[in-house]
Formats: sequence, C-alpha cells, structure tokens
Amino acid sequence: MLTPEEWGIMLLSLKVSSVAIIATLPLAFALAWVLARRRFPGRFLLDGLVYLPLVLPPVVTGWLLLLAFGNEGPAGRLLEQLFGISLMFRWTGAALAAAIMSLPLMVRAIRLSIEAVDRRLEGAARTLGASPLRCFCTITLPLSLPGVIAGAVLGFARSIGEFGATITFVSNIPDETRTLPLAIYSALQIPGSEASVARLAILSVALSLGAVILSEALARRGQMSERMGHVL
Amino acid sequence: MSFDVDIAKRLGDRDIGARFSAGEGVTALFGPSGVGKTSILNMIAGLMRPDTGRIAVAGEMLFDARARIDLPPEKRRLGYVFQDARLFPHKRVRANLLYGHDIAPLAERWMSLDEAVEFLGIRPLLDRWPRSLSGGEAQRVAIGRALLSAPRFLLMDEPLSSLDRPRREEIMTVIERIATELKLPILYVSHDRAEIDRLADTVIMLE
Repeated sequence: MLTPEEWGIMLLSLKVSSVAIIATLPLAFALAWVLARRRFPGRFLLDGLVYLPLVLPPVVTGWLLLLAFGNEGPAGRLLEQLFGISLMFRWTGAALAAAIMSLPLMVRAIRLSIEAVDRRLEGAARTLGASPLRCFCTITLPLSLPGVIAGAVLGFARSIGEFGATITFVSNIPDETRTLPLAIYSALQIPGSEASVARLAILSVALSLGAVILSEALARRGQMSERMGHVL
Repeated sequence: MSFDVDIAKRLGDRDIGARFSAGEGVTALFGPSGVGKTSILNMIAGLMRPDTGRIAVAGEMLFDARARIDLPPEKRRLGYVFQDARLFPHKRVRANLLYGHDIAPLAERWMSLDEAVEFLGIRPLLDRWPRSLSGGEAQRVAIGRALLSAPRFLLMDEPLSSLDRPRREEIMTVIERIATELKLPILYVSHDRAEIDRLADTVIMLE
C-alpha cells in the first residue's frame, strides 16, 4: 500500500515525535507542577512563556530556534563546544521544534490533572508518616497519572503534525527532517503525485485521530473528561 | 503520656486558639461550629502552622514558636482520623491500611495488620476499593490506617458526623475500645453534646 519511501517518512515522523515527547515529559511535568502548586514572582511570565508557542506563528518559533540553536546562536555554540553536536538540518532539530510546539499542550493537560489532586489526601499521607518525596511518589504522581498520559498522547499528536517551526528551523531534507507534513507539502509541489499526497494525508489523519481518541479515553478513565475537554 | 497545647493563630478575621493539657483516655474539644476546632487539630498534626505558642507530647516539643521548633507532620507520630475518611482512592483497603504501617520503624509498631483487621472487624473489606465502601466501613478503615501507623496519640475530627445512627453507635464502641483496650489517648473534636457525654473523660470547652 505504502511505498518504501512513504514508510521511511512515517518511521521518521514517529521517531522525531517519540523522542520529542519522551525527552520533554519530565520538563513538562516539572513546569506543570510548579505552575499548579507554587506561588513565586515571575510565575505569570513563566506561564506566558510556556504557552507562547501555542499562539505564536510557528514560523516565528522556528526563526527563534534558528537564532538560539543555529551555528551562530548562543545555545547552538554551547552544544557545539560541549558535545560537538549541531541540531541544524538534523532530525534532532526537528525533534526540538516538535517538543517546543507540543510543550504547551502537555503542560496544560498535566497541570489540570495536578490541580485536580485533592491536597487533603497529601495531608493525610503526611500524618501517616510519609515524607514530602514519598507523598509525591505514592499520592500526587499516581493520582495525576491519567492526565500525564493524556498530555503525552496529545503532545505526540501535535508533534506529528508539526510543520512551520520545523521547516523554518531544520529545512525539508529527505530522510533527515522530512516528516509527514513536510512530505505532503513537497509532494504537492510535484505534478502527478496526487495519489501519494492522498496516502500520506490518510496516514496523518489516522495517526492524529488515533492519538486524540486514546487521549480522550485515558482522560475519561481518569474521570477528568470535563476538565480535559477544552484542552483540544 | 501527656499532651500540652498552648497555641494561637489568626485566620482571616478570626482568632483561633486553645490552651489545655490532655492525658490518658478521651479528651474532648467541645465547641460550636466555626470556633476553629478542625484548625486546632490541623495545627497539632502539623498540617497548619500556629502563629505563636507551643505543642508538646510526653515532654517532646513538636512546635515551639519561640525556639523555632516545628516538626513536620510525618515526624510527630500522631494518628489523624478525619471527618471524611480521606482514604486513598487509588489504593485498595489493604494498601490503605498498610500505608503508614510500612513507613513506621519496626520497633515502634505496636499493632499488626491482622490485629487491626480483627479489632475493627474489616476482614471482608481488605480487597475492596475505597469508593465501594459505605460511610461506616470507610471510617473503620480510616481508623485502622491511623492505628497501624504506630501513633502515640490519636486525633479525631468529628469522625461520626457523616454517619447514620446505627453506624455512629458502632464507631463509638470502637472509639471506647481504643481508649480502654489499646490504651491509646485520643483527642476528640465534636460539636455534639451527646457524643461528648458518652465518650469523653475530660472536656475542654472552646469559645
């Protein structure tokens, strides 16, 4: 059904998105926890920064990534000096772009689930002898887990569809940064490739729909469907 | 074993405070709703910080504003039975019961799971989830969970208020047996005169 080239595109997309989500999940959880539980100066600024990629034109996000992680950018130079790696025009750069674009959705879903945890249960755990760390691991984390999983799935779906920031930051290189949406865009430029466009588009719809349904099912299982509903 | 409390806190526009000593048996903190009884228990448990004063159990200082002593709740070794049972919804009854028990050092444990289950008559509930329990069953499990965490003192915050009459009778019997058979001192908060008359050895009025 799919040509070997199209299989390659799908596998690349899955690789980029999986790495992006797995690497970002701990950061997303930490940000969500801080935003849900801590009051500190600059909290609103942090809140705004996290959600910025959601409202900024993706091209702008990609350009900012280029400024920061390009060969002349501060973060790019640091990575080059410390580890000898560059994200420019590499699939790892595509993963970074996907991660930044998915972060707001993940943080939002996880934050709602942390806020839904009854803090009086944490108090009860403390009176039973649990240290703050044990209380976190045995009460807060398991009770917010449905939201964490839903957030990860949602972020995954978002990163599969990531286009603007990716093409701006790492360009559109076959077998390296040409993920599903970029491949569809490229195919559209070539006359006579309508069949390929259709197959890739169907693939894209199937992946996204599957992820959203999975996320909804998990949210419902966590009895948080109401709270999660407007994340979409 | 004695309990010395002298604390005060300003909460919003209310002044909450209490000054008393409690010893063996059931000591009741009695007063109308809104006088801050639950806040006082929360301060004793370490879930809320008093503005001033001191709290000591058996000579050990749990809180002393002047000496800047403020033990966290997990270091106070007090069992707390809440108004709502406050069981962990993601753990079965057995895991709820063992939550504090598994944390308590071996040498300090004075009751086994079997003894607690027998004492409270909750053996058939062990594999159930908290949401499937009735109010009375949940409160028994909550009492068992507190007892198994090896406390030196038990704090009870209106543990009967969400129960119907026959259930109240059952739990009152359990509370009496905790004081007489297990010899565990109890600090008991209520606004119900009849409960206090029945259970309390000492009554402290709060205004």
